[in-house]
Amino acid sequence: MAEDFVIEMLHITKEFPGIKANDDITLQLRKGEVHALLGENGAGKSTLMSVLFGLYQPEAGTIRKNGKEVQVRNPNDANALGIGMVHQHFKLVECFSVLDNIILGVEPNKLGFLQKSEARKKVVELSEKYGLRVDPDALIEDISVGMQQRVEILKMLYRDNEILIFDEPTAVLTPQEIDELMEIMRGFKKEGKSILFITHKLNEIMAVADRCTVLRKGKYMGTVEIAKTTKEELSRMMVGRDVQLAVEKEPAHPGDVVLDVQGVTMYNAAHKKNSVNNVSFQVRAGEIVCLAGIEGNGQTEFVYGLTGLEKLASGKIQMDGKDITSASIRQRSKDGMSHIPEDRHKHGLVLDYTLEKNMVLQRYWQPEFQNHGFIRQDKVREYSDRLIQQYDVRSGQGSLTIARSMSGGNQQKAIIAREIDRDPKLLVAVQPTRGLDVGAIEYIHRQIVAERDKGKAVLLVSLELDEVMNLSDRILVMYEGEIVGEFDPKTTTVQELGLYMAGARK
Amino acid sequence: MNKKKLSHTGMRSSLTSVLAALLCILIGLVCGYLVLLAINPAHAWSDGFVRILKGGFYDAPYGIGKMLANGAPLVMTGLSVAFAFKTGLFNIGAAGQYTLGAFGALYCAIVLHLPWYVGLLAATIMGGLWGAIPGIFKAYLNINEVITSIMFNWIGLYLVNEIIYGNGMGVMYDSRNTRTWNLRRLEGAEGTMIPDFGLNKVFQTNSTTIAIFLAVIVAVLIWVILEKTTFGYELKAVGLNKNAARYAGINEKKNIILSMMIAGALAGFGAGLFYLSGVSEWNPLNSTSLPAMGFNGISVALLASSNPIATIFSAIFISHITVGGSFLSTKYYPTEVADLISGIIIYLCAFSMLFRGKIHGLLFGGKRADKTNVNAEPAPAAQKKEGK
Repeated sequence: MAEDFVIEMLHITKEFPGIKANDDITLQLRKGEVHALLGENGAGKSTLMSVLFGLYQPEAGTIRKNGKEVQVRNPNDANALGIGMVHQHFKLVECFSVLDNIILGVEPNKLGFLQKSEARKKVVELSEKYGLRVDPDALIEDISVGMQQRVEILKMLYRDNEILIFDEPTAVLTPQEIDELMEIMRGFKKEGKSILFITHKLNEIMAVADRCTVLRKGKYMGTVEIAKTTKEELSRMMVGRDVQLAVEKEPAHPGDVVLDVQGVTMYNAAHKKNSVNNVSFQVRAGEIVCLAGIEGNGQTEFVYGLTGLEKLASGKIQMDGKDITSASIRQRSKDGMSHIPEDRHKHGLVLDYTLEKNMVLQRYWQPEFQNHGFIRQDKVREYSDRLIQQYDVRSGQGSLTIARSMSGGNQQKAIIAREIDRDPKLLVAVQPTRGLDVGAIEYIHRQIVAERDKGKAVLLVSLELDEVMNLSDRILVMYEGEIVGEFDPKTTTVQELGLYMAGARK
Repeated sequence: MNKKKLSHTGMRSSLTSVLAALLCILIGLVCGYLVLLAINPAHAWSDGFVRILKGGFYDAPYGIGKMLANGAPLVMTGLSVAFAFKTGLFNIGAAGQYTLGAFGALYCAIVLHLPWYVGLLAATIMGGLWGAIPGIFKAYLNINEVITSIMFNWIGLYLVNEIIYGNGMGVMYDSRNTRTWNLRRLEGAEGTMIPDFGLNKVFQTNSTTIAIFLAVIVAVLIWVILEKTTFGYELKAVGLNKNAARYAGINEKKNIILSMMIAGALAGFGAGLFYLSGVSEWNPLNSTSLPAMGFNGISVALLASSNPIATIFSAIFISHITVGGSFLSTKYYPTEVADLISGIIIYLCAFSMLFRGKIHGLLFGGKRADKTNVNAEPAPAAQKKEGK
């Protein structure tokens, strides 16, 4: 052993019939480093990590810890080896408190009686030490995604894990939360913990990682020192071609007002306050208006109100001059509103339906797809096959794939295909590139710009400042349920937006 | 290419379901045999086990006729539960809906002397109403349908008993037989019974009517609704993901209520088939037990993996075993043993869901660990593995 590797995965091969998810992949993690694992959606990153975490058994290859070969048969083995993982989709019990979730599986007890007070002490200590702010008594279902992630991190720390795997941790975070997470990771590094950091985001790798291993389509592309590489080189390694990192678009030519929102106010009964307060703005045909803000400042609620998922407390919404304030969801959809929802699992897909059934989720009732109440199966298949091809949605069995089994990126592509292909007047896109790789983001951004250029009105809700700056023609910043400023992306800066988003300026 | 794959995957999953069901039946039969052995080892085989296994065929053709007569309503209660399952609801209230259906059918026949098809319609409507109530509670107040439908089982039972009995003076009550009037002998009730088109002659019974065929038709109809129509698409979408259904503009409240209503209607229709075939009369004094038909519907649905077509077969099988139990020799076995044995088998049938995953793994390979959907990403490969 020339070098001090804490974990080595040597020549790992994991096959599923018809596909080699991992093909002879080697990954060596040094003690006290942040090691990024980069790859497109479906490149085999999560499979590799699942092998390390004991969820899959590899066909070939060995895993070594501190130079000694080990067997990881299940997550308990992984835990015993000090390996902890924050999954992309959190594994939390929604109706349990933060503390209960952290101790779940390793509950301190005396004769079978829970000893929560010591657990609480340890959790509070850990959260202070690493700056992981949580309320131990809050229920998971009541806290933000960012806080849920901190709970997942605390779970690993509580188990004294030394090797921390983060599976796309920033996909769901706000810019500020991402900065915080980076800081937390640096803190871990100082403590001598080793971090495996799965991500698509080159900025984050450049900011926090020491080395980076790149996978492409299940194959090992190489490991590079971050100090000696560039974003462009990394993306080339990952995608296999040069990627346009910035969006190319012509200036907008806004036309008539499509969406007119006047004084929309929404009330949150759980928090006993207005989640959205007197919001008014317009979106014109042929422009992309972005609603920017830190998560939890009323964007989600506003979109629920706009799309009809929730009722407004007051205000008025007009689309193409027609009052749709109290129209049904279906009616809004008929009137030309498309909605790429924030939560693709909750709203976007019926996960246990096949892909083709999901492709017609918004259209199954149209004459094209049904005849006297009978679904025209052949038309559905035809349509779904076309969308899959046109929008490059990759899945195991094409139209017949169960949506649940698809990768997150391809699920998202399917939703985007479905919503854009409806030829809407207004496209409401909430976090459309959440959790996607640069190749897919490039593609989706181009689609959105293309929609704009076709004269559609686009309302983009995004937490990612890069996306906000790149894509939008106008930026509205939302803070605590109110719009606190309107900006032109050409003349504003990320710093200025950040100040408004944080409520430091109004 | 896609079509080929479809039939392949589809066939595999149906094959798995069928094998799981058969395995459950086998285990149930073995357990039943062990009980017979424990009670009276000398006669367990020929006087006990074989009779149960032969079911209606032990005393053919009468037994077969009886099996079919009892099977028809069981298909319906099985369908009722299966339909609710498919739409994400657990209809444990089939017994109550069945009770109300029985009332509707008998009222039309005994009091109003209406033709059988009107009686069936009334049974369907009554069952549907009784099913809709838990649906309304679920849709608007988010009260779990299991709780409400259990309570409505008992409310329905006591209500119906009270009305029929009417302190011994009820118009539908034949105090001499302590049951509702026998339709065959009731004056003016001609035509209130479901026609048999000679089936009774064939089976030498008096209650084998075309009910079983009606049940089969309804089962096929339900399959078509669930698999082929936009209505079924909506119902299942609501069942699988209420939020996504809502997002897609589906009125999820309406669909929950409709779903429970249809489930109830199916159970009610089953009661109509049973009582208008004159298999038995309603006994309002037996007020402590709900009709077993309702709960057996749950077993039927589980055994059939909630597939409407498979429901026909699983219901007939359970009916077969139950009839077989009734032929147990009373010389060697107390009469309760019959219920016990068929109960054990039916109970084990409910386990088929458990075996399905295991059988699939055994047949089509795959280490246990690899089937866990650990996150969205590796899963496509796993899916391929199962589906290849």
